[in-house]
Amino acid sequence: MSDLNQRMIEKYRNDFLKEVEANVEEGEWVKMCMQCGVCSGSCPLGKHWAHPPQEIFMMIRAGEREEVLTSDSMWMCTSCYNCIVRCPRELPITHIMHGLATYSKKLGLVPKGQPTATFAEIFWNNMMKKGRVNELKLGLSLYFKDGFGQGIKNAMANQKLGMAMMKAKRMSPAELFGGHGIKDVGGLQKMIKKAQELEDARMKKFD
Amino acid sequence: MTEVVATNQTILVVGGGISGMTAALEAAEAGAQVVLVEKRPYLGGRTSQLYKYFPKLCHPTCGLEINQRRAKMNPNLTILTSAEVTGLEGEPGNYTATVKITPTYVNDNCTACGECAKAVEAEFDDEYNYGLSKRKGAYLPHVMAHPMKYVLDPRIIGTDDAQKAKDACKYDAVDLDMQEQEINFPVGAVVWATGWQPYDAAKIQPYGYDRFANVITSVEFERMADPKGPTGGKIVRPSDGKEAKNVAFIQCAGSRDRNHLWHCSRICCMASLKQTHYVVDAYGDDAQVSIYYIDIRAIDRFEDFYANVKAMDNVKFIKSKVASITLNKENGNPVLNGVDTEGYHRYANEHDLVVLAIGMQPSVGLDEFPVEVELNREGFIEPSEKNGGVFPAGCATDALDVNRAVQSATGAALKAIQVINRVAGAEG
Repeated sequence: MSDLNQRMIEKYRNDFLKEVEANVEEGEWVKMCMQCGVCSGSCPLGKHWAHPPQEIFMMIRAGEREEVLTSDSMWMCTSCYNCIVRCPRELPITHIMHGLATYSKKLGLVPKGQPTATFAEIFWNNMMKKGRVNELKLGLSLYFKDGFGQGIKNAMANQKLGMAMMKAKRMSPAELFGGHGIKDVGGLQKMIKKAQELEDARMKKFD
Repeated sequence: MTEVVATNQTILVVGGGISGMTAALEAAEAGAQVVLVEKRPYLGGRTSQLYKYFPKLCHPTCGLEINQRRAKMNPNLTILTSAEVTGLEGEPGNYTATVKITPTYVNDNCTACGECAKAVEAEFDDEYNYGLSKRKGAYLPHVMAHPMKYVLDPRIIGTDDAQKAKDACKYDAVDLDMQEQEINFPVGAVVWATGWQPYDAAKIQPYGYDRFANVITSVEFERMADPKGPTGGKIVRPSDGKEAKNVAFIQCAGSRDRNHLWHCSRICCMASLKQTHYVVDAYGDDAQVSIYYIDIRAIDRFEDFYANVKAMDNVKFIKSKVASITLNKENGNPVLNGVDTEGYHRYANEHDLVVLAIGMQPSVGLDEFPVEVELNREGFIEPSEKNGGVFPAGCATDALDVNRAVQSATGAALKAIQVINRVAGAEG
């Protein structure tokens, strides 16, 4: 085949769509999008997205791997489910956005300092320690994620809420020292590790 | 008591719209005995409510008149209006049909002089104009109604208005003692042409059809464009009667949507392109039309019709399914919100009037069929052995334009004729 032929094939190959179908949760739905735009128009945070869902789906089909996986967009999803409810083709758009975010995290392509991604990581690490979320520590880690000074400022700003929660016994200062957990934390951690291994083994290689 | 002379060589046609009329006339003109049953008090169905046809922009009243003449002249055809088929028992070549006839309280003496309507005071929403205007409790369903007879609304029976109508009639045509009847007669084959109805626009919640006066459906807009319609042919806003020069059409309102109708209703793109002509004809250079679409499906040979509309300077095509409609409370303008597909621009566009190109759904609900037929997911009748001697026609089979409905009806008439010919052959 001539070089030109090869170049054109290269231009139009949709390996990225295949990659998304194989490795992203609910990714096999992406090709069903008919580009009507109802998801983007219905998204309450839509105007803050660099690429609304409809555009992301088209970018996947156009093979714009780098732009999609390093994008901040899918991290903007708040799981309100407006798009899923209204999509004329019932695409699970919210789930696809979470799937894309997870996949980009797995590949280490998340934009640095993306707040949703940071929160997700803090939440996960917190939960893995005891098998339960320690809300006091979770709150404090969030306050102090941007440094000690900012952390104190954040804590002071939310002081009233914190005191009220303690008074109502929704939060206990004792949680700061260890905190309660599940019976067999080691078992849970092993389970999660195994699950992650299985998942990694299932991932198809696309380069 | 209504008498129907019929045998097992008679064809029953259910529905008197364009499909049913066509099937009945084709069969009757081929020599078969035909009974045509229509639920409304007149023939013509939804086609009679159209102002113009695409693509020629001619008037459906023209073809309706020809068909009504054919009907009047044909001795093989019996027409029952205000009548519904409630049951069908038996097998091909040997059915018994049960038909319920609703009283109209007006007999054949009626000359359509209109004195009863003048006497009656009560007014109701005019269903012929989709509720955009009022009609009297005694009324002629529309100017070309066939049979050309007035009808008394059952809601005035037992009130003073009923007596006033009777007293006003010089021809002894008002019969307040008319009762509902149920009749049975034999038929050999059935053409089922119960047609379509517009999808309930209020169910498309984000478009606010039930909240915003200036959001209307394409069938309502069609009545509005008709000089005999509720606004005398003026394209105006229902909220304040102001001229609607900046009009938006939203395609796939209900259609191609798993939350509403799964199917493409096929006619709506052409209907909106046609209605664009109405706006441009009315307001010339002052007209501004925006068509919001997923993709334009100008089916068959109509691509040039689309190209011609697209070439108009004051018509914009916006590739986007509108996500929601909100209201500008100051001027009553609907505001269309969404993101377009050609560049992913977020928009919030104001228009004087918004027309929802509403989808078509079968007029008989999935679980309302009085006969055993094969229905698809959308509720349209599929060709099937199970249907026996019941042959679906027109919009009972699929979302069709008038052209295709007539083709479908002619085919169904032929299939019905084949059944009764077999009966005739067997009985010698």
